Amino acid sequence: MNNQIVRKQQLSRKVVYLNVQGEAPVGDTRSEDEWVGKPDTLLNIRNLRIEAAVHPPGESPMNAILVHDVSLTLKRGRVLGLIGESGAGKSTIGLASMGYGRGGVKITGGEVILKGRDILKVGADGMRKLRGREVCYVAQSAAAAFNPAHRLMDQVVEAALLHGMATRTEAEKRAIALFKKLGLPDPENIGKRFPHQVSGGQLQRVMTAMALCSEPDLIVFDEPTTALDVTTQIDVLAAIRDAIRDTGVAALYITHDLAVVAQVADEIMVLRNGKLVERGMTQQIINQPHEQYTRALVSVHHIDHVQKDCGTEPVLSVKGVTAGYGDGAIKVLRDVSLDLYPGQTLAVVGESGSGKSTLARVITGLLPPLAGSIQFDGRDLSRRLAERSREDLRQLQMIYQTADVAMNPRQTVATIIGRPLEFYFGIRGAERNHRVAELLDKIEMGKSFAERYPAELSGGQKQRVCIARALAAKPKLMICDEVTSALDPLVANGILKLLLQLQKEEGVSFLFITHDLATVKSIADSISVMYRGQVVRYGPKGQVLAPPFDPYTDLLLSSVPEMEVGWLDKAIRSRRMESAGN
Amino acid sequence: MTIVHGPRMLKSGASKLASAPLSAKFGISIIIIYMLAALLAPHLAPYGEAEIVAKPFEPWSAQFWLGTDSLGRDMFTRLVFGARNTLGIALMTTTLAFSIGASAGLAAATFGGWTDQILSRLIDVLMSIPQLIFALLLLSIFGTSIPTLIIVIAVLNSTPVFRLTRAVAIDAAVSDYVEAARLRGEGPIWIMTREILPNITATLVAEFGLRFCFVFLLISGLSFLGLGIQPPTADWGSMVRDSATLITYGDITPLLPAGAIALLSVAINLVVDWFLHWASGLKED
Repeated sequence: MNNQIVRKQQLSRKVVYLNVQGEAPVGDTRSEDEWVGKPDTLLNIRNLRIEAAVHPPGESPMNAILVHDVSLTLKRGRVLGLIGESGAGKSTIGLASMGYGRGGVKITGGEVILKGRDILKVGADGMRKLRGREVCYVAQSAAAAFNPAHRLMDQVVEAALLHGMATRTEAEKRAIALFKKLGLPDPENIGKRFPHQVSGGQLQRVMTAMALCSEPDLIVFDEPTTALDVTTQIDVLAAIRDAIRDTGVAALYITHDLAVVAQVADEIMVLRNGKLVERGMTQQIINQPHEQYTRALVSVHHIDHVQKDCGTEPVLSVKGVTAGYGDGAIKVLRDVSLDLYPGQTLAVVGESGSGKSTLARVITGLLPPLAGSIQFDGRDLSRRLAERSREDLRQLQMIYQTADVAMNPRQTVATIIGRPLEFYFGIRGAERNHRVAELLDKIEMGKSFAERYPAELSGGQKQRVCIARALAAKPKLMICDEVTSALDPLVANGILKLLLQLQKEEGVSFLFITHDLATVKSIADSISVMYRGQVVRYGPKGQVLAPPFDPYTDLLLSSVPEMEVGWLDKAIRSRRMESAGN
Repeated sequence: MTIVHGPRMLKSGASKLASAPLSAKFGISIIIIYMLAALLAPHLAPYGEAEIVAKPFEPWSAQFWLGTDSLGRDMFTRLVFGARNTLGIALMTTTLAFSIGASAGLAAATFGGWTDQILSRLIDVLMSIPQLIFALLLLSIFGTSIPTLIIVIAVLNSTPVFRLTRAVAIDAAVSDYVEAARLRGEGPIWIMTREILPNITATLVAEFGLRFCFVFLLISGLSFLGLGIQPPTADWGSMVRDSATLITYGDITPLLPAGAIALLSVAINLVVDWFLHWASGLKED
C-alpha cells in the first residue's frame, strides 16, 4: 500500500471529516471515543438484518430475510471482497453500506457506521450529502448505468459538481487524470464521447473514474467485470486494482468469481443465503479454506473428463461456411469448417462478437449461409429451416443460454417436456406422462416438478428442464449455446456433470458454445477457437491447449483468472497481444 | 388463459377475487346486475318492450315507475330491455372485433415480412378515417340493420386491437421459446395459439374491457344520431334522444339511460384497472 498517498488523501479530507463530526449524528448514543479511538476503521456494519416482501407464485406474500445478522469492518484503504452465489445477499449488503435498499427491500436491524455515524439514521438530507461524496457505487452493467443522452464527461464530474467539491475545470482535470490512470485510450478527449461510442470494458473503466472523481472514502464495486469478455476483464480488473491502490480508497468488491476477487481483495467474506460462511485474509481463503462451502467454491472447476478418441464418420461437418446479416454486407462468419464426431463434445470458444452464436444459427437453419455446406449424419442439411424434414429437426436440438426465456412461462414443465414427445413420436396421454416422469428422473428432478410453471423453478432447474426438452426428441446432436453462463458456479458444475452423464448414456454429441475456458477444459473432446468470425485454432483438446500457441489463443488462455493470489500481475506481464475488446 | 391453466389457475382466480379491492368488487357487482337485467328482461319488466301503455310523458308514479316516453311506452321497461339490446350487441361486436383484430395481429407478428406490411398498411388506411364519420358513411351505404351495425362497428374497432396485438405479439415472437418452437418444426397455428397467445392474454383481456366501453358508447352515440339500433327496439342511446326534450322541463328521466351508460363504463373500467394491476405484477407497498 502506498502510505504517503493514503495519508495525503486523509489530510485532504480533513475538512469533510470535521464537518461530519460537527453534524451531531441523530440518535447515536455511542461515545465519540469509541470510534475516534479507532480512526482507521472506515466502515463498521453491525448485525445488519435486511428483509424484503416476496410474492411466491400461488402463495400469499410474506417477508423473506435477505441478510441475517451480518457484521463487518473495513479499514481505510483496504479492499474487502464479498463473494457468494446469487441470493447470497452480497449486493444487498453492498447497497446497504450506502444506506440504500432496492425496491421492496427494508433494512430492519443493525447499524451501518460510516466514519463514526450510523448512516441509517441520518435522514434523506444527510444521505444525499453522503452518497456520491463519501460512498460511490460501480454497477455491474455500465451500459445500463450510464445515461445514453449525455456525454461521458458530464456524467463523470456530476457528483463532484453537485457536492460543490470542485469547479468544473478542476473536476474535468481530475477526471482526465483518472482516465489516464485507468488506461483509457485518448484520455483528453474520451470524455466528449457518448456512452455508446466506447466499448463495454472502456465504459466500465469510465464508471470507475466516475466513482473516483469525487474522491470518496469508500467505493462499492458490484460485479464490475462480470459482464465483460475474459480478455477485457483482465485489463479492467488490473485498472481497477491499480486505481484502488494508488488512490488509497477503501472498497467493497462484490463478485461471484472467487478467482477474480483473489486478485483484488485484501480480505474475503464468503456469504451464502444472507449468512456469513467464512471470513479471512485472501491467502487463507484461497489456500486453506476452513468451511466445506468455501472449499467447494475454490475447487469448482475440477471435473475429471478424459478426452475421447475421434470416431470415423463425423455426425456434423461444417464446410467453408460464410454467413452474415443484411444481404451479406456484414460477414459474421468467414470460411468456417469444423467436424464433430458421434458421442463427442466440440467446444466453440470465443469472445462476444466472434460469431459463435451465429454459427449455431447457421447450423439450426435460422440463418441460411451465404456459402459453404453443412453435412449432418452423412447427408446434406437444407440451408433453410423451412426446407428441413421433421426428422432432421428432431435429431438436432438446441439448448439456450437463458433458460428463463427459452421456456414458455405459461406452460407447465410437463407440457414443455411432453410436447416434443407428442410432436415427433405421437406419444400422448398416460404414456406421455410416464415418459415425462422418466425424463425428469434423468435430469435428477423427479416427477413432482411436472405440474410446476417455469417461474417456480430455480435457475439450475430451469436449465435442466430445457435439457430434458431437448433430450425428449432423442437427438443425435445438441447445440448448447452458453448453457452455463447465466448460472452460479456450483449450479453450472452440476449441469456440466449432467450433460456428460447424458452423453455417456445416450451417445449424443454436443456442440458446446461458450466463452468460458474453464468449462471447455472440463467437458470438451475437441476445441475450435473463434476470433472475429474465423476459426483460428481447431483440433483435439490436448492439441489445442498445448503450446505453441497462436497469439489469440495465448491471450485467451492467459486471461482466464486462476485461483491464485498474484495471478493478475503475472498474467499482465506475460501478455503478447492487446485484448480484443479494446 | 383457461386452456393452459386449468383448475389451479381457477382456484387462484377465485382467491384473487376475494382479495380484490373494493372498487373492483363494486365494478363486478354492477356488471352482474346489468347482466341479470339483460338476461331476465321479460320477467323483470312490467310491460312489453314496445307496448304503448299510457299517454306520452307521464310523470313518475306507482304504476309507471319512471314515467312514460314520447309515445307513451313505460320508461322502466324500456330501460331493462335496453340493457339486453345495447349490452348484447356491444358484447357481440367487441367479440367480433377481437376475433378479427387479434388473429390479424397474431398473423402479422408470427409471419412478419410481407404479411405484416400488407396487414399493417391496410389497418393504417382504416385508422386514418375518423371513426364516427366512417361508421356513418358505411351505415348509410349498407343500411342500419343490426347485423350490419355489428359488422361495421366490429371492423372499425378491430384496428386498435390489431395494433395492440401485433405490438405485444412481436415482443413474444422474438423470444427464445418461440424460436425453440420454430426449431422443433411447429406450424404457425401452434405458435400463435399455444406459444404467443397465452403470454399476451392479460393485455388483450384488459383491452377487451376498454374496447367494450368504446363500442358500447359508439353504439349509443349512433343510436342517438338515429343510425344505430332502430325503433321500436329499446336502446339507451335512442331513449336519450327520444325524451331529450324533457330536460327543458327540469325532468331528469332522459338522464337515466345516459346514467346507465356512464355507470357501466365506470364499472368496466374499475374491473379492468384491477385486472391490469394484477396481471402486470405490480405490488402494493
